[in-house]
Amino acid sequence: MQALSPVLSAHDLACRRGDRLLFRRLSFTLGAGAACHVTGANGAGKTTLIRALAGLTMPYAGEVRREGALGLLDERTGLDPDLPLGRALAFWFALDGVVEADAIMTRLRLDALAEVPVRYLSTGQKKRAALARMVGQQAPIWLLDEPLSGLDTASQGLVSALVREHCTGGGIALIASHQPLNVPGMTSLAIEDYAPADQDEDA
Amino acid sequence: MIAALIRRDLAQFFPFTGSGAALPVVFFVAVAMLFPFAVGPDANLMARTGGGVVWIAALLAAILPLEKLVARDIELGFFDQLKLRGMAEEAMMAVRLVAHWLSFGPPLVLATFPAAALLKIEGETFQILLLGLIAGTPGLAAIGLMIAALTASLRAGAALSGLLLIPLALPILIFGAGSLARQDQVSLGFVAAISLALVALAPFAAGAAIRAAREN
Repeated sequence: MQALSPVLSAHDLACRRGDRLLFRRLSFTLGAGAACHVTGANGAGKTTLIRALAGLTMPYAGEVRREGALGLLDERTGLDPDLPLGRALAFWFALDGVVEADAIMTRLRLDALAEVPVRYLSTGQKKRAALARMVGQQAPIWLLDEPLSGLDTASQGLVSALVREHCTGGGIALIASHQPLNVPGMTSLAIEDYAPADQDEDA
Repeated sequence: MIAALIRRDLAQFFPFTGSGAALPVVFFVAVAMLFPFAVGPDANLMARTGGGVVWIAALLAAILPLEKLVARDIELGFFDQLKLRGMAEEAMMAVRLVAHWLSFGPPLVLATFPAAALLKIEGETFQILLLGLIAGTPGLAAIGLMIAALTASLRAGAALSGLLLIPLALPILIFGAGSLARQDQVSLGFVAAISLALVALAPFAAGAAIRAAREN
């Protein structure tokens, strides 16, 4: 996939949302081919963790090390709602220098939707479109925030398959999800294990 | 990458292609059209005050596109995706500034021709008005971008941005409209200088604002 082997690691990471400390002393290291499933109740800090790992927000404490480009999938597609799906995706494909755009569209069963404006797509279709954008990016590190929400059973299987292929090819995947994924060798990280015992941790 | 971004932004904001983007220009001409009806068809009065009206119309037209300018792409996660591809917020905002100005500056300058005809602005006054708008609209675009970025994460951002732009745009308005009254080039130089400073500052201020907007 790329010459350098990718690394994603967190060291003694702590994040908060507003005044509330969500988790602290969170450390992990993911090397080439590793997949990690982050679990936790709503509001436990999964999205906050992913955004901190992506470098979009500053963690409260600790540090994140990334070696390799990042692909991010969250509830926001990054696709212009007024454009037809084909053209909205073409913008990112052009930016990322994608050559096999048609193959990606077919893989995610988006061919028939190419002429449909993005805002008319259903939740699941938007999710597949965002997946297409991320697959096209060919980044060695994938951060997936609830990739399965809103998807039908067939598409959920497809996400698992994509993650499997990605990791087999030497990529890293970190997935926050309430649903199980079928990825062999995937480690699990329960974010609640790192929640502060009580508010005395904040002091 | 930069060229692709400007093309994309222009498609969003440019009159006649983007959704409702022609509105600022229509608004601008509408004000110029209504003014004679309101004050009466006295050619002298209009020639004397018309330039000021054009400037006020330009300033108000600059407020109209602000609502969508930054907030929409934050909600889309568009800037986040660019950030992941290694682009700095300052660069994103510089690109947005260019696209924003291209989408309303030149159309406004063109719309000044019919507007000036409606307001009986002719000869040297017209020249100074045109030059003033060419020098002043980049500054208005820069103020607009900063305000749009600052208010992007606020609930009442759109209403607030209009209020915020008016005091900040006053220097441009004073020297721009003032150049018409005195018919001199010095005021135009001031307009250009203010614009230049604002254009240089805007990408940094707006970039810091969208970075801060992520934290909540």
